[in-house]
Amino acid sequence: MLETTTTRHNPLIDPVLHAWSWEIPLYLFVGGVVAGMMVLAGLAMLRLARGEDSRTFFSMQTPLLAFMLLNAGMGALFLDLTHRLYVWRIYTTFQVTSPMSWGSWVLIIVYGVLLLSAAIRLPDAWPWLGRRVPQLGQLSDAITGSPGRMNLLGWTNIVLGVGLGIYTGILLNTMVARPLWNSAILGPLFLFSGLSAGAATVHLASVFLGQRPAPQGMISGAIAAMIQPMGKAPPEKKTVDALIRADVAFLVIELVLIALLLANLVTSSESHAVAAALIINGPYALSFWGIIVALGVLTPIVLQALELSHRIPHTIVPALLVLVGGYTLRWVMVNAGQTSQLVQAGL
Amino acid sequence: MAPRFGMVIDTRKCVGCMDCVVACQTENDVPLGYCRDWIATEVRGEFPSLTMEIRSERCNHCDNPPCVTCCPTGASHVEDFGRTVQVTANKCIGCKACIAACPYGARYVHPDGYVDKCTFCAHRVKDGKDPACVSVCPTHCMYFGDLDDPKSAVSALLRTRKSHTLLPEAGTRPRVFYLT
Repeated sequence: MLETTTTRHNPLIDPVLHAWSWEIPLYLFVGGVVAGMMVLAGLAMLRLARGEDSRTFFSMQTPLLAFMLLNAGMGALFLDLTHRLYVWRIYTTFQVTSPMSWGSWVLIIVYGVLLLSAAIRLPDAWPWLGRRVPQLGQLSDAITGSPGRMNLLGWTNIVLGVGLGIYTGILLNTMVARPLWNSAILGPLFLFSGLSAGAATVHLASVFLGQRPAPQGMISGAIAAMIQPMGKAPPEKKTVDALIRADVAFLVIELVLIALLLANLVTSSESHAVAAALIINGPYALSFWGIIVALGVLTPIVLQALELSHRIPHTIVPALLVLVGGYTLRWVMVNAGQTSQLVQAGL
Repeated sequence: MAPRFGMVIDTRKCVGCMDCVVACQTENDVPLGYCRDWIATEVRGEFPSLTMEIRSERCNHCDNPPCVTCCPTGASHVEDFGRTVQVTANKCIGCKACIAACPYGARYVHPDGYVDKCTFCAHRVKDGKDPACVSVCPTHCMYFGDLDDPKSAVSALLRTRKSHTLLPEAGTRPRVFYLT
C-alpha cells in the first residue's frame, strides 16, 4: 500500500491539475478544422492550377472561412492566458525547444497565407469591397490567372495545413509529466480528426446560401462571402460526393489511429496504462466511447457510406456529428490528460 | 566555478510542523490560499508493518527542467547564479504550459496572472543567507548548498547517507534530495 497526503492546496493544481479549461480544447479543435480546410483548399487550388474548374466550390471560399475560424481560435487562445497584457512577449523571441513558440510563429505564417488565399476570392464574393478596393481585383487576377502561382499557393496551403494539424497534437505530446499525452500518435490523430472536421465544415458551408447570388451590401456581402460558393452555380454533386468520400477515408484512418493510441498507452509503463484507463473505463469513458467513437466516428462513417450508395438522402447530420466528435476528442484528451500523472512506485 | 544549488532534507528528522511553509509565505509574500512549499506524508506497507516518510516539498530546480524547455517566451529560465529555475514575471504570458509540464505540481498561477513558484529564496541566497524555509526549521532537517562543491554540507550528506529524489523516472534530474 502507498498512501500520500499533502497540505498543498493551490487553485487549478489540486486535487488534480485543471489549468486549461474550455479555451484550449476549442483552440485545438478550431486549429484542426483550419488545418483540414487548408489542405482541402490547397488540393482544390492545385486542380484549379491544372485548369480544372473547381472555382465554383471550396477552393476559394474555404480560406476565407478558415481565416475567420482561425481568428476565433486565436481569440480562445488569448482568453486562456492569465497574463494577457504581456502576450506580445511571445513574438519578441523564438524558443527552439518550446512547441508553443514554434506554434505561435507557424500561426503567424498560416495567418498570412490564409489572408492571401482569402483576399484573392474577395472581389467576386464581396462585391461591395471589390468595388472600393480595386487592388484586390488586380491581386486576384495576378494569382488566379497564373497556374504557377496558384500551384505554389496550393502547395503552401497543404504543407502548412499538415504542419498545423500535427502541431495541435505535438503541443500536448511533449509533456512528460502527463502520461496520457505521451504518444506520438497524438499528432497524426489530431491531423486526421482535423481533416475530417475540415471536410465536414466545408460540406456544411456549401449547403447554406448555396444558390443565391452574391449579396451586394457591406454587411450581408461580408457574411455571405465566407460561406457561399463562387459563381452562380451551386456545388456540383460529384464535388460534394468527393468531399464525403474523403471524409469517410479520414474517419476510418482516425479510427485506426485511436486504436493505435490505446494500444500504445496500454502496453507502455504503469503510468501510461493508468492514464489510458481514464478514457477506456474511467470517468471519461462515456464521452470517449459514446461521443467520440460512436457518434463522432462510427455513425458518420455508416451514414455517409449509405449516402454514397444512395440508400439514404444527403443530410448535414454526419457533418454535424463529425464536428461534435472532433471537439469532444480535444476536450477529453486535454481534460483527462491533465488529470493523468506519473505513478509513484508502490510496494 | 559557478555554484549549482541544491537542497537536502532529512526525512528522519522532519516532523511536518509546517514552519517551512509559513516562513516561505511570510518571506515571499505568497498570496493567501497558495503555497510554494508544502508537506507530503507518505505511508507505505501493510498494517502493522508501516513506514511513514514526511517530506517538505517544493520546486525541485531540476537539472533538466521541462518547465523551461516548454516556455514559449523564455520567462521560465535557468538562472546563471546557482543554476536555479526562475520565472521572470514580466515575460510570462500565463499560458500555463509550464504548469502542465511540471511532474511535481510545483507551480501555480499568481492572482496577478503570472506563474509563480519557489525561487530557493534567490534574494536571500545572494546575500549569503539560507532560504527562509531552511533557516527556520526547528529540527534542522533541511540543508542548502552547492552540490558541485565536495566540501559543502549537502555534498557530504549525499555521500554518506542514502537518499532519493521525487519521480526520478521523469528524467528531470531533481536537485531536492530526501535522506532516508
